Amino acid sequence: MAAGRMVFEELKPTVVSGRRLDFKTKALTAFVVLTNVLGNFAMSWGMKHQPAALANSPLVYLRTIFSPWVLLGTALLILWLLSRMTLLSWADLSYVLPVTSIGYVLTAILGKYFFAEQITWQRWLGTGAIMIGMILVGLTSPNTTAPHGRETNR
Amino acid sequence: MKWLMVAIIVGSTVLADLLQSFEMKRRGEVEVEDLRPGRIGGMLAGLARRGPLVLAVFFMAISFFAFMKLLSVADLSFAVPVTAASVVIETILAKLLLKEQVSPMRWAGACFVAGGVALLAV
Repeated sequence: MAAGRMVFEELKPTVVSGRRLDFKTKALTAFVVLTNVLGNFAMSWGMKHQPAALANSPLVYLRTIFSPWVLLGTALLILWLLSRMTLLSWADLSYVLPVTSIGYVLTAILGKYFFAEQITWQRWLGTGAIMIGMILVGLTSPNTTAPHGRETNR
Repeated sequence: MKWLMVAIIVGSTVLADLLQSFEMKRRGEVEVEDLRPGRIGGMLAGLARRGPLVLAVFFMAISFFAFMKLLSVADLSFAVPVTAASVVIETILAKLLLKEQVSPMRWAGACFVAGGVALLAV
């Protein structure tokens, strides 16, 4: 107990000064994951629901590219790219990669419900491992490199 | 053919992420306000003028098309776990090239994630 409290007291100053940055980083991480998963989903949905009759015509490609779902997917993936670059300006690459990998799990779950794909026990095990990895990395400080010209604790 | 595609996918993904991380740290923190609808265009234009970021997007495109090609010669259950390898490789390079401090907890997390992604595709 006492040892635990001592560790907590030692950690406290960093936690308090970094709290705002921490919240900002986590909120943006959620946004990065959502735009990626929904963007891929919209793309996938748009591609799978094309009329098959025109399959050999070049027109079908244009129709596919300009179909509402594919346009929505493209817009979401542009947002994903921008928000991920923003996140990389705030946090380490070795932080961003693991914490955004929850997207793999969400994609698998969306696949199950909307495309009737099966989730085997190995997939659930994989999901669990990704969650553990994400939590472990999420507990570390997002930015460990010296800021280039700007302060980090804002 | 299969392993050549794998090498291209992993190599270009790693390069794209390292370039993005390097250049975005050099640019400095992006403000949340820059992501609002009225200013996002300007931010996009600003980023498009940065060579390393343009190169990163180019490598992302290569990775995407190589992934499509891989899917034509291999199953998704082979393609996805192979891309998980990039998480561990990028963590190693983030430490060596970007000088990030990768604590044991972060190493463990990266390994759990890579293993988990591999399992997802089984």
